[in-house]
Formats: sequence, structure tokens, C-alpha cells
Amino acid sequence: MVIQILALLLIVLGAFFFVAGTIGLLRFPDTLCRLHALTKADGLGLGLTCLGIALLAGSAGEVSRIVLIWFFVAVSSAVCGHLIARHVRRSARASTEGS
Amino acid sequence: MTDPLLIFDVILGLAIVALAVAVLAMHDRFAMIVLFIVFGLLSALAWVRLSAPDVALAEAAIGTGLTGALLLTTLHHIRATPPAPVPVPAGAIIANLGLCGLIFGGLVVAFLSTPLQAPGLALPVAQNMEASGVAHPVTAVLLNFRAYDTLMEVVVLLAAIVAVWMVERGTAQAPSPVMGEIYRGFARLALPAIVIIGTYLLWVGAYAPGGAFQGGAVLAAVGLLLLLSRLYRPQPAHRPLARLGFVLGTAVFAGIALLVASGGRVPFEYPAAHAKTLILLIEGMVTISIAVTLAALFHGREPEYASVSENHK
Repeated sequence: MVIQILALLLIVLGAFFFVAGTIGLLRFPDTLCRLHALTKADGLGLGLTCLGIALLAGSAGEVSRIVLIWFFVAVSSAVCGHLIARHVRRSARASTEGS
Repeated sequence: MTDPLLIFDVILGLAIVALAVAVLAMHDRFAMIVLFIVFGLLSALAWVRLSAPDVALAEAAIGTGLTGALLLTTLHHIRATPPAPVPVPAGAIIANLGLCGLIFGGLVVAFLSTPLQAPGLALPVAQNMEASGVAHPVTAVLLNFRAYDTLMEVVVLLAAIVAVWMVERGTAQAPSPVMGEIYRGFARLALPAIVIIGTYLLWVGAYAPGGAFQGGAVLAAVGLLLLLSRLYRPQPAHRPLARLGFVLGTAVFAGIALLVASGGRVPFEYPAAHAKTLILLIEGMVTISIAVTLAALFHGREPEYASVSENHK
């Protein structure tokens, strides 16, 4: 029972960070700021949600699958953020050189 | 007292329809593709809610992941070499409208003529599971009870790559995007995991959701990562191997059907003692073909000798 309440708290907190990241995505002025909000908040939201689900998992196999999912989603979202930021920087440089 | 999941289902259904409308209403091609990918993800979620995890896996891996990648790479090619805008003749639009209307009408008729609350084919499938050689009903249907349809699906993929290699022969190659060192490191980290996940999806298909199409699509992601990170560059000398990969699934599938038929049985009526071995052999070969074909479709053009110098930096 205590574990379930703890899991619920973690998942709700995770959802809160996802919502915060989405608000940042919608309200921040440029791509880099939006990316900043999204990658930070979503990384935290993902970790908290995975932790909450892992507490509810029935077996060690399920926990290890959740850990794997967390690891690969976290790494790929970090790489995605890097690629988007790099693209922004390069196209900004290209447009200043062009003008 | 309403089921809270019902509210979720209604919101999910409305979101899918809204996304479909948004995809068609968008004017920016890139935004269209991104929305299409989101549409596919939500559709996969809807299949999960309909208790069809096999379809959900296929939708997520093929319908969303690989189709999204194919659309994005096509957009990249179009941007690099903008084609002259060709006005669409009115006749073509009318013909397309007519064909779409025919398909829509056919679907409506099929839907309306299906008796409500009919038992369906679930019972015959359940009764014949022992003869199928596998423990997962979906795999039994796909690879045994209606294997002919599945063979045709594999042939469709083969036809697609043959068409792409013929159509794109001699067209200019768009420069592939440079993804950088961090992406390359990510590819090195992710590649072994994707290989294991793809093979696991193939193997688990015998008794749980998964199978050749899902596993093949995941393994095709290996090809995409290798191509994008330039850890592998297609060479003209690799063409025979690629061709072997394209036809392997169809050839083994059809070959086993003919072999079974030559023993005085109906094609795909596997002898019960060898059913599991044969199904696993077919699925394995089909998985390889699907993975190679989808990766080749992503690369697009057939590697040719004249363009070797272009491919190298």
C-alpha cells in the first residue's frame, strides 16, 4: 500500500514535469530555449515516471525492461536535442554568412 | 458510473481524427510528416486499447518509425533537388477521387454487411491451434492458416524495392546529411541493443505478440542507423548480396509451399511434426528480407559504379 502511494506520487510528479516542459515548448521564444525546457523537464519526467512504474512492477524482468526503456529513451532524446541544437546553430551561421 | 478508461478512449479517438485532419490541412511538408508520425504513435496506442498488441507493434515499428523515416528522407531529396512543379491534370484528380470513393464505398459495404456480434473466426483458430505448430494465435493465422496472404505481403515489399531501383536509376543523388560524432557514438551504443530487440521480437512471435514484420522493421532500423552515421556506405559490389537479401524471404516462403505441395498436400499445409521448424525458418528468412528491403528503400537509389566518387567525401 505504501509502495503504491509512493509510485502514484512519483508518476504524478513525472506528469507534472512533462506538462511543465510542454508549457515551456509552447511559450518560450526561440528553438534553443524551447529545447532547453523540453529536454530538461522531459528527462526528469521520464525518470520519475519510470521509477514509479518500476515500483509497481511484478518481477525483476519487468524492472530491467523498464530500466532499459528509460536508458534508451533518455539517451536518444539527449542525442535528438543535440542534433536539433546543432542544426539551429548551423543554419543561424549560414544565414549570417549569407547576409 | 462511467469507466475512466472510456473517457481516455474517447479522447484518444478524437485526437486521432483531429490529427488526421491536421495532417491534411497543413501546408508545410515537414510539419505534415511530423504530425503523421504523431498520428501513427496514437494509432499504435489505440491498437493497444483494442487489445491488439501485434498490430500496435507493427503500427509503431513500420507504420510510424520506418514510414516516418522514409517520408523524411524523401523530403530531404526533394529539397536538395527541387523537381519542376508539374500541374496535375484534372482527369488524374477525378480518377483518384473515383478510386478513393470506390475503396471508401467498399469499406462501408463490408462494414455494414458484417453481422453484428458474429462469433468470427476466433473459435476455429482456437480449435486448430494444436495443428499450427506455434502457440500464438496471430502467428498461427499469419504463417499457417492464411499464409498465402502473408506471402503476397512479402512479394509487395520485393516489388517495391525493384520499382525504386528501376525508377531512381540515373537520378542525381542528394547529399546525405552529416550527423556528426555524437550521433555516431549513439549509433554504436544503440546498434547491439536493436539487434537483440529485433531478434527477440522475431523469436517471441511463436508464443506472444511479435513476429517477422515487427522484428524485420526493428532490424531495418539497424540499416538506417548505419547509413545515417556513415558507419556503412553502400557499395556497388554489395549489390548481389542486397539482391539476395531482397528475394530470400519470398524464395524460401514460396519454396517451402511448393515443397509441401509436392508431397501431395495443399500448399502451406505443413506436416504437423515439422510445422514449428518450417514456420520459424520462413519467419527468419522473411525477417532478413524485410530488414534489408526496408533499409534499401530508405537509402533509395541503387549504388552504381559511376557514383562511387560522390559517395566518398
